[in-house]
Amino acid sequence: MSSIGTGYDLSVTTFSPDGRVFQIEYAAKAVDNSGTVIGIKCKDGIVLGVEKLIASKMMLPGSNRRIHSVHRHSGMAVAGLAADGRQIVARTKSEATNYDSVYGEPIPVKELAERVASYVHLCTLYWWLRPFGCGVILGGYDRDGPQLYMVEPSGVSYRYFGAAIGKGRQAAKTEVILLSISIVGFLLAFRPGRLDQCMRILSLCSLGVWGGEIEKLKLTDMTCRQGVIEVAKIIYGVHDEAKDKDFELEMSWVCDESNRQHQKVPDELLEEAKAAAKAALEEMDAD
Amino acid sequence: MDQKMDFNAPHSMGTTIIGVTYNGGVVLGADSRTSTGVYVANRASDKITQLTDNVYVCRSGSAADSQVVSDYVRYFLHQHTIQLGQPATVKVAANLVRLLSYNNKNFLETGLIVGGWDKYEGGQIYGVPLGGTIVQQPFAIGEMEDEILKNHCSIEHCFPGSGSSYLYGFFDQAWKEGMTKDEAEDLVKKAVSLAIARDGASGGVVRTVIINSEGVTRNFYPGDQLPLWHEELEPQNSLLDILGAPEPMNI
Repeated sequence: MSSIGTGYDLSVTTFSPDGRVFQIEYAAKAVDNSGTVIGIKCKDGIVLGVEKLIASKMMLPGSNRRIHSVHRHSGMAVAGLAADGRQIVARTKSEATNYDSVYGEPIPVKELAERVASYVHLCTLYWWLRPFGCGVILGGYDRDGPQLYMVEPSGVSYRYFGAAIGKGRQAAKTEVILLSISIVGFLLAFRPGRLDQCMRILSLCSLGVWGGEIEKLKLTDMTCRQGVIEVAKIIYGVHDEAKDKDFELEMSWVCDESNRQHQKVPDELLEEAKAAAKAALEEMDAD
Repeated sequence: MDQKMDFNAPHSMGTTIIGVTYNGGVVLGADSRTSTGVYVANRASDKITQLTDNVYVCRSGSAADSQVVSDYVRYFLHQHTIQLGQPATVKVAANLVRLLSYNNKNFLETGLIVGGWDKYEGGQIYGVPLGGTIVQQPFAIGEMEDEILKNHCSIEHCFPGSGSSYLYGFFDQAWKEGMTKDEAEDLVKKAVSLAIARDGASGGVVRTVIINSEGVTRNFYPGDQLPLWHEELEPQNSLLDILGAPEPMNI
């Protein structure tokens, strides 16, 4: 729901009469216009996937990476303004290494997410700074298991089973909600600014309506190997051929199979995922 | 030669400290003597200090230095626990101790043994000796400390090695993997009392702290509850008894 906050949207230090900070909402719009970024938490790890819209045919494939390793055990996928994203990744890497040198252990993912979130939030507090125009999905595997967090330009950070940001997030999330079992007790919130949507989703989930008919897969039973295929399918599915040009699929994982290290998905698995995704698309088109 | 005693000389803990892991937790043990030169400043000190609910540290060397290091680490760990939302791990506590020890090695003179229990790795012992090394061990014996007592006339330099150096041979023989809690505590008690018997810089009572998943237990063993060693034993079949007690001399 977009609205213009005439007069109250000139500075991030101004509230509107109905209690909104428009600059932050505009920053979120920058994220919404970027290529889709998805993260899912499987039984044994995390899978991150990015729909990298190719700006020019002269770009080298594999360049302009959108997923970065921030520490041995964690990685971050960025959506929105690329330069802003670089800044956040650099800061995250620095926080992670600093924690390791002081406390002698890899930074717990929860702690890392909190630090990223407070850094992003910091830039919404002063008039001489502008908010970050990017959202990040942070996935890591620490001694409490695999965890997935999403940080938005407002500085909120929640923990998720599955998260999506960017152009195709609504379509992807519908698929991803269907992929997950909502287990009571975990924080599951999409679009936290939109309480009405949240309540609707939650009530539908608890009624079992949503889950009932179209719940395809269960993330809690899925391994990362299977998760990679599913993420590829979703990204290919939400890509809009008409509006956008070509895209390149970039994926990473951190799971038991990768020895709890964050790394690019191995090439053969990536090719397998792409093939499966294309095949699924043909099937859908054929119907 | 001279009986001059400087009560303002740095208090040193010529010490015996021990940390031992067992099947399910750790046992920390220490003697209780704090000396200033040859004067025993405190004969019942508590050298096992709490850092968090589940991590304790045995202090040796300069009493002041070890107290200050413990205080700083307790402060940092407290904040860390709040931030983390769960108890800190033993490894993190030990790492904080060694960072302070290493980065201030020119100013500090303290050897520490960090021991505790956490839900990820169970019972662990980390030795942090003088220079700021950190080494995880199944058992650790008190670090050497030597106090340079500048103001004391007769002794320039206490001999290096506290009571703990007398224990290496004993541990090589007596320690085994996978002991029960009682076996481990017995071992610690025996070891500390052996060191007290042989080391002039150790003495007093034996204090032990047992840390496991259920919590922390503090024990206190005064002299009469400790085993006697060798020359401390009552004479048996001594010639002196046979000949009868000599008449006291009357002048």
